[in-house]
Amino acid sequence: MQQADYQLIIVGGGPAGLTAGLYAARARLKALLLEKGATGGQVLITDWVDNYPAFPEGVNGFDLIDKMTAHVDRFDLEKKFSTVTSLDLAQDVKTLFLENGEQLTGQTVIICTGAKPRKIGVKGEEELRGKGVSYCATCDGPFYRNQEIAVVGGGNTAIQEAIHLTKFASKITVIHRRDELRATKILQEKAFAEKKIDFLWNAEVSEIVGGKTGVESLKIAHKDGTTSSLSVTGIFILIGIEPNNEILPLEQLETDDNGFIVTDTEMCTNLPGVYAAGDIRSKKSRQIINAAGEGATAELSAEYYLGHLE
Amino acid sequence: MASDKVIHVSDSEFDSKVVKNDLPCLVDFWAPWCGPCKAIGPVIDDLAAEFDGRVQIAKMNVDDNPATPGKFGIRAIPTLILFKDGEVVDQITGAVGKAQLNELINKAV
Repeated sequence: MQQADYQLIIVGGGPAGLTAGLYAARARLKALLLEKGATGGQVLITDWVDNYPAFPEGVNGFDLIDKMTAHVDRFDLEKKFSTVTSLDLAQDVKTLFLENGEQLTGQTVIICTGAKPRKIGVKGEEELRGKGVSYCATCDGPFYRNQEIAVVGGGNTAIQEAIHLTKFASKITVIHRRDELRATKILQEKAFAEKKIDFLWNAEVSEIVGGKTGVESLKIAHKDGTTSSLSVTGIFILIGIEPNNEILPLEQLETDDNGFIVTDTEMCTNLPGVYAAGDIRSKKSRQIINAAGEGATAELSAEYYLGHLE
Repeated sequence: MASDKVIHVSDSEFDSKVVKNDLPCLVDFWAPWCGPCKAIGPVIDDLAAEFDGRVQIAKMNVDDNPATPGKFGIRAIPTLILFKDGEVVDQITGAVGKAQLNELINKAV
């Protein structure tokens, strides 16, 4: 076997990467966790986590990540804060290219780059980002005290954050393209009972209209072919996610139609010694608990592979 | 690890420490309840060390200082605004990587 800087390199420090890192550190692998910002990933933009076991009172997204990070630190996992710009994963020794020109090599790689909020793709969305267009209710909710705003989406994230926004906004219109929500029942019950939340069913935002001060209104296209306008100062777009796959060698890695990495149940990709875990994987359920579990599985697969190298 | 190169500014100090600063100034508008703001903290510290003497890196807590964010129409955080000679050069919203922030800062140096 050729020499490599590390036995294992983990790309991405959300719950999947941190859990893989925890297992690797306890296995005493020469392992490195690479993260572009700070550990946490999308959990950082989650106000409240009520479905992660062992937190009977629920936990704030940031606090959960703080604990996960403290946990890997206890076992001295090596971490590096840098952005990976590209990877070559098709060789026995995998090479990662960093933004500062540095190159790192690993015998195995676990990809945990996660996902990011999906955009609607309408006029005004890009131009008014940060001026009324938001993808993070936890971050930006407090700027909308006593204002009328809209939430786009009907899944768990949209409904949970709409409920969270009732702490600040005077009125919240949830705009959903279907006539029923996908969100879990307990969230639906809370949202329907909330007086500040209104629903606009079978409707899509076709344009975000704003001036110098920011968002002023939304153009709405209804399923029956009619259009209308809704006066709001803010719009929170929570319509799902897209993969963080820009840095990945998509000509080497097998992905699904949406760009998420295909793996088997042991988190093995189509490339030997390369694994994927968490939201970047092609799968149906994207939960913090799955991401953590997949991180553990991926690391154990990497260990098994390392144990069988010539 | 917080850097001592980063200054914390309040509404009342904004004029003297940012607008009238001889150096270009990057102001990070943040709040304690904002996860992504914490996420970019280490990157801001790194930049402060790298651009020491060429660009002033500053932070403003928007909870304690509502006037300045209001003046610049900030409705999302983290927002980073680059000032030169008291004028806005450019701005970025969201937890972006170091490469993007480097690119932003380089518009003023």
